[in-house]
Amino acid sequence: MLEKLNQIQGAALEALDSVADEAALEAWRVTHLGRSSALMEVFSGLGGLSREQRPAVGQKANQVKNALEAALAERSGTLRAASLKRSLEGERLDVTLPGRRIPMGRLHPDSQTMRELYRIFGEMGFQIFRSHEVESDEYNYQLLNFPVGHPARDMQDTYFVEAEGRGDNPIVLRTHTSPGQIHAMRHFVAGNPENPPPVRIVLPGVCYRYEQITNRHETQFEQIEGLAVGPGITFGDLKGTLADFARRMFGQETRTRFRASYFPFTEPSAEFDVECFLCAGKGCTVCKGSGWLEIGGCGMVHPVVLQNGGYDPQRYTGFAFGLGPQRMTMLRHRIEDIRYFYQNDLRFLEQF
Amino acid sequence: MKVPISWLKEFVDIDVPIPELAYQMTLAGLEVEQIHYVGLPMSGTLAQMGASGHARKADAKISGFEWDREKIVVAEVSEVMPHPNADRLVLCKLNDGQQEHIVLTGAPNLFAFKGKGPLPKPLKVAYAMEGAQIYDGHAEGAQLVTLKRAKIRGVESYSMACSEKELGISDEHEGIILFDDDAPLGAALADYIGDAVLEVSILPSFARCASMLGVAREVAAILGKPLRTPEVSVTAEGEPFEAVIEITRPELNPRFVLGLVRGITLRPSPYRVQLRLKLAGMRPINNVVDATNYAMLESGQPLHAFDYDVLAGRAGGTAGKLKIITRTARAGEKLTTLDDVERILDEKTVLVCDAAGALSIAGVMGGLESEISEKTTNILLEGAAWNFINIRKTAQAQNLPSEASYRFSRGVHPAMAERGVYLGLELMRRWAGGVVARGLIDNYPLPPVDPTVEVTPADVKRWLGIELSAAQIAEALVRLEFKVALDGETVRATTPDHRLDIGPGITGVADLVEEVARIYGYDNLPETRMADELPLQVGNPLLDKEERLRDLLVYLGLQEVKNYRLTTPEREARRLRPDTPADDKPYLRLTNPISSDKAVMRHSVLASVLENAEWNARFRARLALFEIGPIFLGSEDPGGLPDEFQRLAIVLCGPRSLPSWQPADTAAMDFYDLKGILDGLFDGLHLPAVRHEPVAHPGFHPGKCARVLAGERQIGVFGELHPLVREGYDWPVAAAGTPILAADLDLDALLEQMPSLYATAPVPEYPPVLEDLALVVNEDLPGERVAELIRQTGGRVVAEVRLFDVYRGEKVGKGRKSLAYSITYQAPDKTLTDRDVAGIRTRILRRLEQELGAVLRS
Ligand SMILES: [Zn+2]
Repeated sequence: MLEKLNQIQGAALEALDSVADEAALEAWRVTHLGRSSALMEVFSGLGGLSREQRPAVGQKANQVKNALEAALAERSGTLRAASLKRSLEGERLDVTLPGRRIPMGRLHPDSQTMRELYRIFGEMGFQIFRSHEVESDEYNYQLLNFPVGHPARDMQDTYFVEAEGRGDNPIVLRTHTSPGQIHAMRHFVAGNPENPPPVRIVLPGVCYRYEQITNRHETQFEQIEGLAVGPGITFGDLKGTLADFARRMFGQETRTRFRASYFPFTEPSAEFDVECFLCAGKGCTVCKGSGWLEIGGCGMVHPVVLQNGGYDPQRYTGFAFGLGPQRMTMLRHRIEDIRYFYQNDLRFLEQF
Repeated sequence: MKVPISWLKEFVDIDVPIPELAYQMTLAGLEVEQIHYVGLPMSGTLAQMGASGHARKADAKISGFEWDREKIVVAEVSEVMPHPNADRLVLCKLNDGQQEHIVLTGAPNLFAFKGKGPLPKPLKVAYAMEGAQIYDGHAEGAQLVTLKRAKIRGVESYSMACSEKELGISDEHEGIILFDDDAPLGAALADYIGDAVLEVSILPSFARCASMLGVAREVAAILGKPLRTPEVSVTAEGEPFEAVIEITRPELNPRFVLGLVRGITLRPSPYRVQLRLKLAGMRPINNVVDATNYAMLESGQPLHAFDYDVLAGRAGGTAGKLKIITRTARAGEKLTTLDDVERILDEKTVLVCDAAGALSIAGVMGGLESEISEKTTNILLEGAAWNFINIRKTAQAQNLPSEASYRFSRGVHPAMAERGVYLGLELMRRWAGGVVARGLIDNYPLPPVDPTVEVTPADVKRWLGIELSAAQIAEALVRLEFKVALDGETVRATTPDHRLDIGPGITGVADLVEEVARIYGYDNLPETRMADELPLQVGNPLLDKEERLRDLLVYLGLQEVKNYRLTTPEREARRLRPDTPADDKPYLRLTNPISSDKAVMRHSVLASVLENAEWNARFRARLALFEIGPIFLGSEDPGGLPDEFQRLAIVLCGPRSLPSWQPADTAAMDFYDLKGILDGLFDGLHLPAVRHEPVAHPGFHPGKCARVLAGERQIGVFGELHPLVREGYDWPVAAAGTPILAADLDLDALLEQMPSLYATAPVPEYPPVLEDLALVVNEDLPGERVAELIRQTGGRVVAEVRLFDVYRGEKVGKGRKSLAYSITYQAPDKTLTDRDVAGIRTRILRRLEQELGAVLRS
């Protein structure tokens, strides 16, 4: 009997060797471990054995059963691994094909640059003050120390709006954000005329110049202007503020340079240059070999302008600066044509 | 302004390289835009290293070239011979100081000497030898070539006598240069006339620098060198003359000076004078005109030369009765100016007249009749001071920009009038012969006050943030020729009588602080952080909301655009049906539009975005655009400032999904795609209670247009464009039949409705009960009312009402529709039982039936 069990085990294991898939394995299980298998017959025949034989045969039969079940489990594992491997191999994708794109929106580059400027100046304590795009000559020029007929007006070609009976105070499209300086100062003075509070604001917005549109000149453009007024604001503060700004906007190593200049509403006035960040000041086509990029104009607020804003120039000083966000965008993204900004061609806008 | 460096050097010693000079001038406010080398060495275009060790490069554009000192020299031509084989060429016998050459040329200005044998007086020329680099005289623009040996029509040629173009002096290539007789034979040409021209941009506050002397004065101050102010000494040996000058409006004409020179001979000026004028950008005319221009360029005072005999004739032949009157023109008065144009003048124009009438437009242009002609022998020379604003207006009104009006319209100090006239007379005497009459006639009714300004170290500290002593401040101002007195800590500075830009009082203090800063050097001022108290930080909530809205629109897949605010009513009318009456709100119209398509300020942001869609439809099938920006409406108050309102416009069209290589939803977007975006936007903005209702609008499809209300406030309209509006745009063929969806919203209203705070609900802890209800209602009942009533009746237990199907057809009957809703019942505090739900459902169905006639579909 024991011999028979050995034969059963031997035959089953031998048959298992040739089992190649899960169906065959199930058939093998039915044949060798199923209810009518030879092994099960041994178990069911145990009752017919003698007392002496029964424990040894029973023990042996259990051993054979355990051995076959272990072999089955092992075989099943091997077969499943092989089958998974086969199916994974069959499911290989071309990972280089394009993904499914979801329609995606973007901010206009002007909005992106403006936000960066808001953030940088905001962290420096400059709050945002906006004012209208259509202005009176008084606010755009006269209160900013451009008297009627002054040659400095030639520096800014102006759009005039048809309006009756305004004499020397026509309606104009603002040529700069500077009218906001007067609006802002008067706003702050209104709250406390005796002791107006210090001012630290940026004035963003669209301005207009009567100019032919070319790849370098726009008739409409973005500007952002800064204004700080207080009892102790100096030209050194202006230099420090713009140097800080330049480092944040153009890189930590950026140098700045201030050249004497002229604007009617500031004095001393300066042009503000940053070291060319495209060539690190070595000279390239963008900076035309000079190593410097013109970024904006600035200066100490002219006493007449402080006065017109309601701040006593004997007690207060201030600085102001004006920057061209689109010029910065152009420099940073190597844009050769300023017309792209208002052309709204998606082939341009989708690159941001 | 073009400034030849040789001219500057007459007044100031310049011991720094030209690029360094240009760099320092630029930093001090005299921006050098270009350096044009005319023979001088170009070495050191990169100047010395600055204090920071950083290269101080000239920002200027560099042009021109350096003349080889060995190979380009002064030579003389002793004989001009015919070319054996060519009529249009001649052969010159030329001596370069070392040896004789035969030089071939086609210069027409030598033909007069051809075949005349040895010349009695040799001609001095600019001679370039074999191997010398010069510009190609025949090429367009400036192209350097090297002279090589060649045979031209059988005659060997290896060198040439040069034209101005070949040396980079001017574009003149008609003939070769013929120098003055005293040109040094054999000298390197660079030593003789080599120069470099600085193109300096003159800011309005630097009007005093619109002259060689003015720039030299500034350069002397910048470099800390003494200025050699020229002594104007005129040799006046003629009889004095008589004239009366009557000034009717001294505020427009503070000073008028006349001088006289008799017996001049008109001829070309000496070559070196012509060269100076050319390098400075003016055309030489004759010795008299050149003298007035030269004196103006040098001193800054424009002069005007009259033919004295013409004036004497007009005064009845007796010069002694000459009377000059300056006055404003009568309206419509006419004068023929020297360009032979009859000009009609306005009452603002100031005229120089005599008893017989107008002679010239003051400060702008002379009249034709009294102009210098070949017959002129006696010159009456005018130097006057005019009001700069008046001259600017006249020059603009007559469209007559000139070197004179350029200077007068920026301001010339009246003190310059006398100096200018003296210089002009002396130059005429030297270049045109003649005898200068002793004495000037000078009427000076309104001398300006040259402000005296007090400035202290405290002012400098307050403005610039640096500590300077009174002595240091004084030293800077003295360099700029201020007359300075020190009184303890106070510097009392009187403005020199060549500048008009220093104001009185505190303006003057600012003016002087600027001068101190420039001389001290902007580079040397410190960089500091503001020590002042930080102002109250209040933020800009409205802008924050606007940026939040921008973000939401971008999250919803829309591309932002930004447009010109300038447009035309016709362009904007396209957004409406053609039969729509014209916009009754007044447009803001420009008096001076730059182009016909940019004549008014826009009324509609949507009109702009539709144009963007039209443009981009050529490249993109799917468009989803938005713009936030202002519109401009004329004020009700005539002549008042316009109203600016903020609008949000959205345009959608094309397939719902992006094209893909795999199956995608390529159906065209419709009304509900746009509505979905708006729902998402309003949801993201947390607008309370937004409602929609159908509305008729002249831009939209009558059945596919809604208006949005938040509370009682109308937020805007949206829908599908009316087919007739759609037809008005140029859509590509591929877009045929694709709806164009658009929204035109009032941004101000939208942001006003946007709460600054909103509350959230806890995440539910108890399981929901889901149930579908299909309700049959009349076709014309707005679906929103059904959902609203379900929500209202269910209260907080109805967590969600979602429409999942709309059915029309036989099964529900004509004029009826079935709306199928998936309803989520959920209580915040317990698990709902079937009985709870049944109770709510019963209430909902009862109200739906009673109030909306809705029945449950079986
Ligand atoms: Zn560069």
